[in-house]
Amino acid sequence: MSDATTTRPYTAAEMMTVTASRALSNGSTCFVGIGLPSEASNLARLTHAPEVVLIYESGTLQTKPDVLPLSIGDGELCETALTTVGVPEMFRYWLQGGHVDVGFLGTAQIDRYCNLNTTLIGDYREPKVRLPGGGGAPEIATSAREVFVTVKHSKRTFVEAVDFVTTVGFGRDGTARDGVPNIGRGPTRVISDLCVMKPDPETKELVVVSLHPGVTRQQVQEATGWEIRFADTLESTPEPDETELTILRELKARTDRHHAGDQAGERVDDQADEGAKA
Amino acid sequence: MAEFLSLRDAVARYVEDGATLAMEGFTHLIPFAAGHEVIRQRKRDLTLIRMTPDLLYDQMIGAGCAKRLIFSWGGNPGVGSLHRLRDAVEKGYPHPIEIFEHSHAAMACAFEAGAAGLPLAVLRGYVGSDLPKVNSQIQFIECPFSGERLAAVPSVRPDVGIVHAQRADRQGNVLVEGIIGVQKEVVLAAGRSIVTVEGIVDDLDVGPNACVIPGWAIDAISVAERGAYPSYAHGYYPRDNAFYKAWDAIARDREAFDTWLQDHVFNRGDAS
Repeated sequence: MSDATTTRPYTAAEMMTVTASRALSNGSTCFVGIGLPSEASNLARLTHAPEVVLIYESGTLQTKPDVLPLSIGDGELCETALTTVGVPEMFRYWLQGGHVDVGFLGTAQIDRYCNLNTTLIGDYREPKVRLPGGGGAPEIATSAREVFVTVKHSKRTFVEAVDFVTTVGFGRDGTARDGVPNIGRGPTRVISDLCVMKPDPETKELVVVSLHPGVTRQQVQEATGWEIRFADTLESTPEPDETELTILRELKARTDRHHAGDQAGERVDDQADEGAKA
Repeated sequence: MAEFLSLRDAVARYVEDGATLAMEGFTHLIPFAAGHEVIRQRKRDLTLIRMTPDLLYDQMIGAGCAKRLIFSWGGNPGVGSLHRLRDAVEKGYPHPIEIFEHSHAAMACAFEAGAAGLPLAVLRGYVGSDLPKVNSQIQFIECPFSGERLAAVPSVRPDVGIVHAQRADRQGNVLVEGIIGVQKEVVLAAGRSIVTVEGIVDDLDVGPNACVIPGWAIDAISVAERGAYPSYAHGYYPRDNAFYKAWDAIARDREAFDTWLQDHVFNRGDAS
């Protein structure tokens, strides 16, 4: 734990992506958000979960993109999909109809009870910063059987209470899902570049269950906007293996080459002033 | 029956000031050529409806066409914010804009309900979200059979719907291929519909389950080659991601935007 300065053969971002990818089990059906969730989901598909079914809200079912999409509706997603359906069918039949195991989301803000904000910073009628909005996330978070969130750790992102609940985790007091019929379990894990968090089974408050190698409790606390709890038996997140790192780097290099000249590959979905594609 | 019109004539005939206008295309087949024609004709006080108001509505809002926006995700995909939309929402420039904000699921259901001629759409949605607190168009109803609490939103039935598609045949039947979004729903939900196409062919040459919109369900068809550029048309041309990236700097600056608008929209007439 004292080796924060140790040089490791992977970056914090790679640690996050690999950890997020490992959360997806083979054969599960995953409704994928753009950006970090998309990177992690495709890494899972290319490593331990070749049978994972990836669904994007543009209507692309069981897609196997060779390069990561820049937008939720890239032609690559359609060309490599089993089939492409209309957007009403996507949300009504496939998501609301109960065919999605995991919703994999990013966010601009997340709070103690795992509520997500991609709408705005400040007051709704007089926003300081207007973000893109909910997109598919509000219903992905309630119709999928469970939700994974992956987002970079910072005080700007991990706030005590989100300015606006775009997408419910467990509500302002942790009870938003109680007694609601036909609703998923909600967020079951949050993967950042520092640690893995899970909601407390009773209170639904986010608890750090695993620290990434070399990361200290203090680092996590300093990047979190509330006094975050740590599990009694705090684990160390397993490091990425060589295969995962190689495949991830190849995927990213392929993606960069594919979009070379596009210049649109710069991802800003971890920045609160630009907002995340849900 | 679809009438073949120039884009200039189609927009002049069907898009009136104050109209509700839905221009769709879910990151694909975005009707940029038609939107630019709306800007050139200086249409005003429009209620703009679109699930993903990306660059096209950023341009139309910046040009002062809109008084209201109904949407579910307003960003520049893969890049960041829509700065003209933000300027309108945050600073009231060029004038204030009223927004009605939804989720994708609700908007998709609302388009489908509009196509079905219903007044409302019902979905299992918005549980725990703050969106119903800020959008009076989101209400909750009780299912008369199960008692389940469900979300209800008004259907989308715009005065005019505009979409872009790959091609039409000489009878005006239109083929939409690839990511089809809500293209068919918009045409059927709208009072009047305009479809721009890459070209006209003798035979659509498609299988029995292709997404074909019959010519008799469309009001006007206009040929607009590369009419979805800088978005893409599956099978015709790719998305110009460099433009989406470049748009960020153009849209951040009011003057740069005005210059762009002058050079790329006003100084370019309808080619058709």
